[in-house]
Amino acid sequence: MTNSIEEITDTDAMFVIGSNTTENHPIIGARMKQAVRNGSKLIVADPRRIELADYADVYLQLKPGTNIALLNGMMNVILENGLYDKKYIDERCENFDELVNIIKEYTPERAAEICGVKSEDIIKAATIYGEADKAGIYYTMGVTQHTTGTNAVMSISNLAMLCGNIGKESAGVNPLRGQNNVQGACDMGGLPADLPGYQKVFKPEVIEKFENAWRVKLSPKPGLTIPEIFNGVHDGSIKFLYIMGENPMVSDPDINHVKEVLEHVDFLVVQDIFMTETAEYADVVLPAASFAEKDGTFSNTERRVQRVRKAIQPVGESKPDWQILMELMNYLGFEKKYLHPEKIMEEISSLTPSYGGITYDRINNGGIQWPCPDKHHPGTKYLHKGMMARGRGLFMPAEYVESAEMPDSEYPYIFTTGRILYHYHTRTMTGRVEGINEIAPSSYVEINEVNANKLGIRNGDRVKLTSRRGQIETTAKISEIIDENVLFMPFHFADGAANYLTNSATDPIAKISELKVAAVRIEKAK
Amino acid sequence: MNITIDGIQYEIKKNTTILQACKDAGINIPTLCHDERLNPSSSCRLCLVEVEGTKNPVTSCSTMVRDNMVVNTKSKDVIKARKDVLNLIISNHPMECLTCDKSGNCKLQDYSYEYGVAEGTFKGAKRTPKTDTSNPFYDYDARKCILCGLCVRVCDELQGTAAIGIENRGFDAVVTTPYNEGLINSKCVSCGNCVSVCPVGALSPKRQKYRYWENKKIRTTCSYCGVGCQMDLVVKGDKVVDVEPAKDALNNGLLCVKGKFAYKFINHPDRLKTPLIKINGRFEEATWDEAYRYIRKKVNELKPEYGADSFAGLTSARCTNEENYLFQKLFRAVIGTNNVDHCARL
Amino acid sequence: MANVKIIIDGQKITVPNNISILEAAKKLDIEIPALCYDPNLDVVAACRLCVVEIEGSNKLETSCSTRVRDGMVIHTKSDLVVKTRKDILQLLLDSHPNDCLTCQKAGDCYLQKYAYEYGLKFRDHSGSMRPQLLDTSSPYILKDNAKCILCGKCVRTCSQVSDRMVLSFSERGYSTKIIADFDQTLEESSCVSCNRCVTVCPVGALVDKRAMGKIRAWDGASKVIKCKSCQYGCEFEIKSKGTVNVAVVAKPPANGRPLCLKGRLTTELLYVDKPEAPYRKINGQFIETNWTKMLGIEDILERIDKINAEKEREGKE
Repeated sequence: MTNSIEEITDTDAMFVIGSNTTENHPIIGARMKQAVRNGSKLIVADPRRIELADYADVYLQLKPGTNIALLNGMMNVILENGLYDKKYIDERCENFDELVNIIKEYTPERAAEICGVKSEDIIKAATIYGEADKAGIYYTMGVTQHTTGTNAVMSISNLAMLCGNIGKESAGVNPLRGQNNVQGACDMGGLPADLPGYQKVFKPEVIEKFENAWRVKLSPKPGLTIPEIFNGVHDGSIKFLYIMGENPMVSDPDINHVKEVLEHVDFLVVQDIFMTETAEYADVVLPAASFAEKDGTFSNTERRVQRVRKAIQPVGESKPDWQILMELMNYLGFEKKYLHPEKIMEEISSLTPSYGGITYDRINNGGIQWPCPDKHHPGTKYLHKGMMARGRGLFMPAEYVESAEMPDSEYPYIFTTGRILYHYHTRTMTGRVEGINEIAPSSYVEINEVNANKLGIRNGDRVKLTSRRGQIETTAKISEIIDENVLFMPFHFADGAANYLTNSATDPIAKISELKVAAVRIEKAK
Repeated sequence: MNITIDGIQYEIKKNTTILQACKDAGINIPTLCHDERLNPSSSCRLCLVEVEGTKNPVTSCSTMVRDNMVVNTKSKDVIKARKDVLNLIISNHPMECLTCDKSGNCKLQDYSYEYGVAEGTFKGAKRTPKTDTSNPFYDYDARKCILCGLCVRVCDELQGTAAIGIENRGFDAVVTTPYNEGLINSKCVSCGNCVSVCPVGALSPKRQKYRYWENKKIRTTCSYCGVGCQMDLVVKGDKVVDVEPAKDALNNGLLCVKGKFAYKFINHPDRLKTPLIKINGRFEEATWDEAYRYIRKKVNELKPEYGADSFAGLTSARCTNEENYLFQKLFRAVIGTNNVDHCARL
Repeated sequence: MANVKIIIDGQKITVPNNISILEAAKKLDIEIPALCYDPNLDVVAACRLCVVEIEGSNKLETSCSTRVRDGMVIHTKSDLVVKTRKDILQLLLDSHPNDCLTCQKAGDCYLQKYAYEYGLKFRDHSGSMRPQLLDTSSPYILKDNAKCILCGKCVRTCSQVSDRMVLSFSERGYSTKIIADFDQTLEESSCVSCNRCVTVCPVGALVDKRAMGKIRAWDGASKVIKCKSCQYGCEFEIKSKGTVNVAVVAKPPANGRPLCLKGRLTTELLYVDKPEAPYRKINGQFIETNWTKMLGIEDILERIDKINAEKEREGKE
């Protein structure tokens, strides 16, 4: 998030796109509802009529995969009606002409047709966003999990810059991170081309800095992303795979492919708190301690580094992940010892400019939002204040492009996936909580009543779903929140797992898979 | 503005309630229905104070200070009024502190002790409303409900769900769901924020038995979504037995169903407790030393033959910063490859 | 002393043969409920709550008074044991006032603890209750006969100090009660307000009056300190709310530490932020006094004042 969670309360308009906030980020969802109560306007764009739609001034039930068309359509209205912030663009942005050039083709009527919504609603949404003094955009995987995900994010930035909403309180571009420390995992260099703090491995000065600090030789060659790693196993170039706290056998697209990879790899180490579907394939399983059994920090979606504190002793012989990793490093001949995670944080802050001022003492109460370059810096509530991080904000207009796989006569439905309130990711944790399983026990597919009637499917019927990659059985849930010809399925469940069907085609830049659009067929199970 | 509280003059900002002014001055006023995050409802009448020049005592939670106001918070009449209020509540409250799970953390109990109200002296009819135990995470014991309305207001004003309301009037008033359909059949999303604000034992989590005076609380960050709510893990012995939201944090005293109630995986019997090594397709328990040696052996076999780039690691968005840092350091500095990624894209 | 092998709740353990089953269970972290048992007092097996089942024995045995024997197989949580304990507790509750709401002992009360553990509640019944005989005569100790469960710990601890021996049992059966001397009030009796009885009372029958209404067992923080009045070094708990110390409570006497009123009051004066006025018993009557008199240092203070005044005068000259 460029901005902070608490700023939501004071915003003038919110544009929520591709995020079922009240289910996936309930506390932020609650804040949004509070903001509406305080008089903030709300625009919601989502293929499903989610709870927030009930609070919205405009709700756009767009077809999965058409975000860019919608965003371009809104920008078209804003440009046509002069609702953009000319002074801001002149002072702080560049490449505006190209934006105008591309956007002018996206009249609300054309965008409406692509998205399957009314053009009046696009105009209304654009007017609300354009007229608001402080407007924030909030999005999640509904925007990013497409082969055009990166372009959609750029389009969101275009819209925000167009109206001067970046570098302003209670506004901004706000991706809501789905997992507790996905922000931190990225910050810490859990990416193939990035050392901690997004310092690029291919820059000689970066490599030199870390070689000096760690006193080893480092490779300047960017590594592989997950899809590339899996393909590498497939073609035999990857022999050793180490998976910590992740369960691709449920969470990743095209599970049949993942299964083949895990079976095929020479040596697989899995480190987790439970015997997951993935761990079953391991050669060695290392038992890790849960978050309640260790000290450390998580960085949340608003870049706030907060403490995790040990409440109980690790269960059985399990150990905190940091201790396992340290001991393994020692076994492999790297002699560095850390007595406590605090010592690791000291090393992190010495090497990561944005974490430079972060110490356990300072974050004891309430945490600090990075960038926090030094010990006297209070942290950063919202980014790009006064000036963009890169200097001038670059408009990166994009054309709407269809999803990689579109429905056809053989697979006539658009299949989209997501999370639900009661479960978390692959249910490794929530699946072991009685009450949760009472409320949300098993996998299901949401289908519109019209489609269901046509296919003779009743609520609760077992149905068979087939895509080009796989087939599953699940239970039909007839729902009015889903559009015609679109099917939605939560991906949490290993039994009847949605990801047997999803498409592993990726965005060329971010390498994110198109989990939000696949073509499927549905029929009553025999 | 200048106001006098209990004979001492204070300077107070405009638009402050008497209650807030007293709090700032370090004077405790008892309240059962007040929550600074919510609109005042003045329903419990416990925060009564005397304002010179007004005939009746006023509720300090909903009365704004005026310049030159003279407030008495401890006069005989005020104390008597508060005792009467407590007496009336207690007269209709089950005397179950002996075994009530809320005991030790109950505002009604605290104030009864403070004001020396040992029993309800208004004998006569008692309310006998039904309890609702339909939700898998918490119960509503209407007999213990004091109708402060905090649960209803939190559900509506902060959580924005409005699943519950107060039905009927007077003696028959009760917190319930529309059409009495039961919590499990209502709009309730089991966030438990009503449970967190209940000042008495009416809304209580379904949890392992523990008493408030025999636990410890550890402030930590929720391990579910990326919001990073702050919460206290309640620990009894070596078990996490409850979770309470932190008020002074970005989540402002709120949690969702996962943060509040889905903690039971921590001490679940399925937890992995020893390293496992697969031998002939079956997992065998191993010591840490054996597991580490086995991994080392494989590294030493594969690395010379296929090179460091034949190694890859998936780090975890579930783990701490420190752990993610060490994971990529293990791959980059020890093994020698940049093949490190994680599920940021899921 | 020889070792014996026994099995408690399926767990094998080897213990010396001179300890009780209750003590042996403790070594296995098995807690057996007990109201009258105290490792510092004689074992009397009065409350019966610590009963356990021993294989081969046709009745339940009190684990506090039964020595371990080689080969014993003991069940501390069998259905019969649990039912028996519940019956005992329910009988106690039936005779006990329901006022945990404000009882000073709440949170630190064994009857409450076990009632919670065994899931028992107060019952409405038409039978008799223990009579209300509230002794409020002492400013230091509140003696509430209605709450007494007759475990006799107070009697035993009082008799451990030879010049005290104030408390004893009187009458029989349902009328049994704890009395001071010849059924006198604490004020009239020879009680020296040492509070030994208060520290061992498992319920709210004997409570420290000076802490009443000030703080609940679960509130605030507490710190244990050693008394500085004499070489025994009895232990006291300083109870505080926020930054304010509100009360001093005696810890149970152990290792021959006697506890005394003077030590407790001195500690109160040293630590409590707003200590209440002390009382002295003169001719069988409690008289409110001040701290100088209580400590017997009037002469000393007078002398100090005199010296200081003289010094000041000299300084001026």
